[in-house]
Amino acid sequence: MEKSQELYWKKVLGLIRNVLIVWFLCSYGAGIMFAGALDNIKLGGYPLGFWFAQQGSIYIFVALIFIYAKLMGKIDEEFDVAED
Amino acid sequence: MSLQAMTYLVVGLTFALYLGIAFWARAGSTKEFYVAGGGVHPVINGMATGADWMSAASFISMAGMIGYMGYGGALFLMGWTGGYVLLAMLLAPYLRKFGKYTVPDFFKSRYYSNTATVVAVICLLVASTTYIIGQMTGVGVAFSRFLGVSSEMGVIIGMAIVFVYAVFGGMKGITYTQVAQYCVLILAYTIPAIFISLQLTGNPIPQFGLGGHYTGSDMALLTKLDHIVNDLGFGKYTTAVPGSKLNMFVYTVSLMIGTAGLPHVIIRFFTVPKVKDARSSAGWALVFIALLYTTAPSVAAMARLNLHATINTEVKSGGNIFAPSASIRYDERPEWMKRWEVTGLLKFEDKNGDGRIQYYNDTSKNTEFLAKADAAGWKGSELTVNNDIMVLANPEIAKLPNWVIALVAAGGLAAALSTAAGLLLAISAAISHDLLKNMLMKDLTEKGELMAGRIAMACAIVVAGYLGMYPPDFAAGTVAIAFGLAASSIFPALMMGIFSKTMNKQGAIWGMIAGLGFTMFYVFAHTGIFYIHGTEFWQIFGKKDFFFGISPNAIGAIGALINFIVAFAVKNMTAPVPDHIAAMVESVRIPKGAGEAIDH
Repeated sequence: MEKSQELYWKKVLGLIRNVLIVWFLCSYGAGIMFAGALDNIKLGGYPLGFWFAQQGSIYIFVALIFIYAKLMGKIDEEFDVAED
Repeated sequence: MSLQAMTYLVVGLTFALYLGIAFWARAGSTKEFYVAGGGVHPVINGMATGADWMSAASFISMAGMIGYMGYGGALFLMGWTGGYVLLAMLLAPYLRKFGKYTVPDFFKSRYYSNTATVVAVICLLVASTTYIIGQMTGVGVAFSRFLGVSSEMGVIIGMAIVFVYAVFGGMKGITYTQVAQYCVLILAYTIPAIFISLQLTGNPIPQFGLGGHYTGSDMALLTKLDHIVNDLGFGKYTTAVPGSKLNMFVYTVSLMIGTAGLPHVIIRFFTVPKVKDARSSAGWALVFIALLYTTAPSVAAMARLNLHATINTEVKSGGNIFAPSASIRYDERPEWMKRWEVTGLLKFEDKNGDGRIQYYNDTSKNTEFLAKADAAGWKGSELTVNNDIMVLANPEIAKLPNWVIALVAAGGLAAALSTAAGLLLAISAAISHDLLKNMLMKDLTEKGELMAGRIAMACAIVVAGYLGMYPPDFAAGTVAIAFGLAASSIFPALMMGIFSKTMNKQGAIWGMIAGLGFTMFYVFAHTGIFYIHGTEFWQIFGKKDFFFGISPNAIGAIGALINFIVAFAVKNMTAPVPDHIAAMVESVRIPKGAGEAIDH
């Protein structure tokens, strides 16, 4: 039990880390740090960096939470720790 | 029907709707009254959370701020949505597993100490009170326009109504009222946006309209806007940054982690039926919030464009904006300007005495532009437009039908009232229940507790109302400060409580004190001690934003960093955490056996 719980927690932290990487790259990365460079690419009338900052990152945030919830559900089942 | 009559009618109808639903739901179930969201589907719970979340700052103030700031305004958009990702992954499921009702309860059991709880309650009070100051500013804007009075008068009337609203605040807890409120809010926000997007770009979806073509030209709307604001001496809309990119970065961090540290948001996730639901509830909440937040940038840009185009008639065609006839005559100004002048939030001063309105950036760094303005006989920008009025004035500027203008007013009032009332409830519960009943006066009767709560609520309204009349910033800016305060104090302590088995009470206490202390010090240096004008003390540091150019609204992120560092340093020097606490943290990490939330 001890061992599997440790492994479970490790997997959870791994998932959180991966989600946070995407979360960081789309908002702080594309939306702020590299916005200037991305602005040279156009998405319709949007400069891409501007789009990421004012639109894109919000869509990605929504997707990330649902992806996280789904993958967490899988991990819970795998380790049989889900609620009854 | 006149606009004023229409506004009364729509506002009256929406409030009758909320009350009707509250009454109906109340008769149906008393349990629901106490456990907001208990046994409710995650989608419905998400919608209700969305209504809770969208306050005067989001609804009334934010788009005006973005319009004014341009690209950099994205910090509000990303900051107030990105925090939900943190909330869903780092806090919500674990706090749910903890099985407590409130944030102070969590501190009491995880940090096994009354001192930690008191410190946490103080942090909550500081952050919530600041939050309400921002809300009261928004309430003032909404009521002043609604009743045609000055904004100070608007705040005073708003104070009375918020108090009544909060005293009957049980209906806050009724999820279906909030669902109705959400529907009114989102309709009031998107309908004018759709109209305006159609007018300006021919595309009915504002999110696409903002990236679309400006009707009657071969230019993208954003390119056109860049030209317009540049012609008037402002920074380019699509690249303008508040201060520096570093400031924008830190500001966004502060809002994100503040989202995950504010009590009225977290509290909803304590009571969802299952740990699994806590995760998806955050997702659904964000879906409904995102509807407004992805519309806001369109509202912002289009309102800005319309405002300039109304005041300078050559702006749209790209003709000679400096021609004397380009600026509209003051005595021929549109009706909406007259209506807002009454509130004192829109002001005209004829600096060059030509009877016309010149509105431009008179502190522009573009010398060529300033020379042209000078040659045209412009003696400084003559119009002051408070950012907080833009969303409410937007449908009026775009000459939309009266019912749309009335609907927006109803939405603004609902947004301001509901969040202000919710926060007041949180404040009164923190003082009467967590502080008095559980700690200082254990023999307090239930009646006494209720009375103490009401008194606390009245005091909070008076303080917040007074400060809301002379706020440290626009509504959204003041609320941002509140997020910074929560970010620097509550968020790190919650995080460490879940993710560190070894964090002890001393670490948490000193971390919170250091984080909050630093943030308050920096904020008060710029805005005055307890936001009282005239007590600012940034001068002793030589200049404003003296910490690497970071603005006081953004400093919460640095405060949080200090909190973490101090907490771990103190932890390593003090007695380790007791075994049963470490075991508790271990059990919080797995969803199994969550059971129902336990009452205190």
